[in-house]
Amino acid sequence: MRARALLAALVLALLPATLATAQDEEVVLGLSQNRVAINANFDGSEILIFGAVKRDAVPILPALDVIVTVAGPNEPLKVMRKERRAGIWVNTDQVTIRQAPSFYAVSTTQPLSQILTQTEDLRHRISIPRAIRSITSGDDVLDEDNFVNALIRLREQQGTYLMQEKAVRLDEQTLFNTRVALPSNLTEGVYRVDVYLLREGRVITSYETALRVGKVGLEQWLYALAHEQALAYALLAIFIAVISGWAASEVFRLIRNQ
Amino acid sequence: MQVYLPIAEISVNAFLLLGLGGIVGVLSGMFGVGGGFLITPLLFFVGIPPAVAVATSANQIVASSVSGLFAHLKRKTVDLRMGGILQLGGLCGAAVGVALFNWLKQLGQVDLLVNLCYVVFLGAIGMLMFVESLNAIRRAGKVTVGKPRRKQRGWVQTWPLKMRFRTSGLYISIIPPILVGFSVGILSAVMGVGGGFIMVPAMIYILHMPTKVVIGTSLFQIIFVAAFTTFLHAVTFHTVDIALALFLLIGGVIGAQFGTRIGARMKAEQLRILLALLVLAVCGKLAFDLVAPPNDIYSIADLN
Repeated sequence: MRARALLAALVLALLPATLATAQDEEVVLGLSQNRVAINANFDGSEILIFGAVKRDAVPILPALDVIVTVAGPNEPLKVMRKERRAGIWVNTDQVTIRQAPSFYAVSTTQPLSQILTQTEDLRHRISIPRAIRSITSGDDVLDEDNFVNALIRLREQQGTYLMQEKAVRLDEQTLFNTRVALPSNLTEGVYRVDVYLLREGRVITSYETALRVGKVGLEQWLYALAHEQALAYALLAIFIAVISGWAASEVFRLIRNQ
Repeated sequence: MQVYLPIAEISVNAFLLLGLGGIVGVLSGMFGVGGGFLITPLLFFVGIPPAVAVATSANQIVASSVSGLFAHLKRKTVDLRMGGILQLGGLCGAAVGVALFNWLKQLGQVDLLVNLCYVVFLGAIGMLMFVESLNAIRRAGKVTVGKPRRKQRGWVQTWPLKMRFRTSGLYISIIPPILVGFSVGILSAVMGVGGGFIMVPAMIYILHMPTKVVIGTSLFQIIFVAAFTTFLHAVTFHTVDIALALFLLIGGVIGAQFGTRIGARMKAEQLRILLALLVLAVCGKLAFDLVAPPNDIYSIADLN
């Protein structure tokens, strides 16, 4: 909240200086944190995305709309479908998706279909189905759309795909802010935050920034050890198991002998 | 208390993990089964990725088996010689099993085959044990002394390479234990489990070892299988989560101590019938999952 007030002051200070020049509108953006640190107590996180529209002229009609997207690193995956064969449910069909964001949140000022046209969505890949790319399947699968919809549905249940219509607050056609909840099962990497300004269904300008999600401390150390020193890690795992098994047995023996 | 697991990349309640470890530890100490067939599905349910669940449960099984083994060693209910011979057969069997598994994987539908394998084996073993131990309990109810002597010993007695297994009170050829170890090795490699629930009935009914010795011996041999599995998963797939294993094994080692105490107080046929019921319950659950309509016919999987 304090940051927002600060930004408002900043924008107001900028406004008179550039009055009455071209009608360009630009996004000035801030994030509550540039880095999400995953430590042992990490249980999801919420980021506040806030900003202002910097413009040279007084706001013109029609009204402005804002869309904010947050996209995690892309990952390849497959979606499988079960079918009943001889009384048993078996995975029969599968669709391969080479690029699906591991996390994807769309926040808007108004319902998406009212503020964004189909063609603009195709061009900028804003809505959830458009963010999922490179879909391939065998010749026997005729309904790829059902698989993509199933992926979206499953991920929405998990909280990794979020569609938050009317979740962006826009004040005075200038200041906007929204909150995005990041779940605890985050994939590490660079998350892309995009802000789109729209008028009459068309994107008039956009702004992009990055949010880093990474493990820190012990979590980071264990992860690195498991991948870089696999042999030592394996022996450590077995050693811990054997020692604790033995220790428990000794402790119980002492308790019983008393 | 939520804790973030670095390899599973998910945040889970620590007390839930301690509890799960504890339950499996009790069963492990009581019956001499590793509990992999129980803990792996439970971890799936909590939301741990399957690959991490399989690898990490192997790690926790090492701990609870060591804990149980020490308790049994003090009671002198571990036949180290028999365990060693079963191990020898098991290692050869596992090597053959891994090759078989890769061959099945190329044919496709390996998951289904593994599940069917589980249902058939669990069902058959569970039923046999259940009927046998029920009869034993009935007999014990009628006649108080003098259990009928086993008769199926005859032809095995004639086999060469005889060895004395003092703890088990047996003087038999080493060929049957090697064959038992070998078959269980194949099955456990294909089905991805330690094989305790197959090994225990095999030792009771095929090798005619006393039930109390079987449990300790089974734990002894599971330690090696589970440690080797942990090692392979950690080195090749990097899927062992030490943080997850730690919470599970704290529960597990404590549970195993209670398990051995409960087991020591019970009669052999009571233990057998309980294990039979447990095996049948898991079998029923698996069979139900295969036949019942799934919650969602779609599922997401990693691409590999």
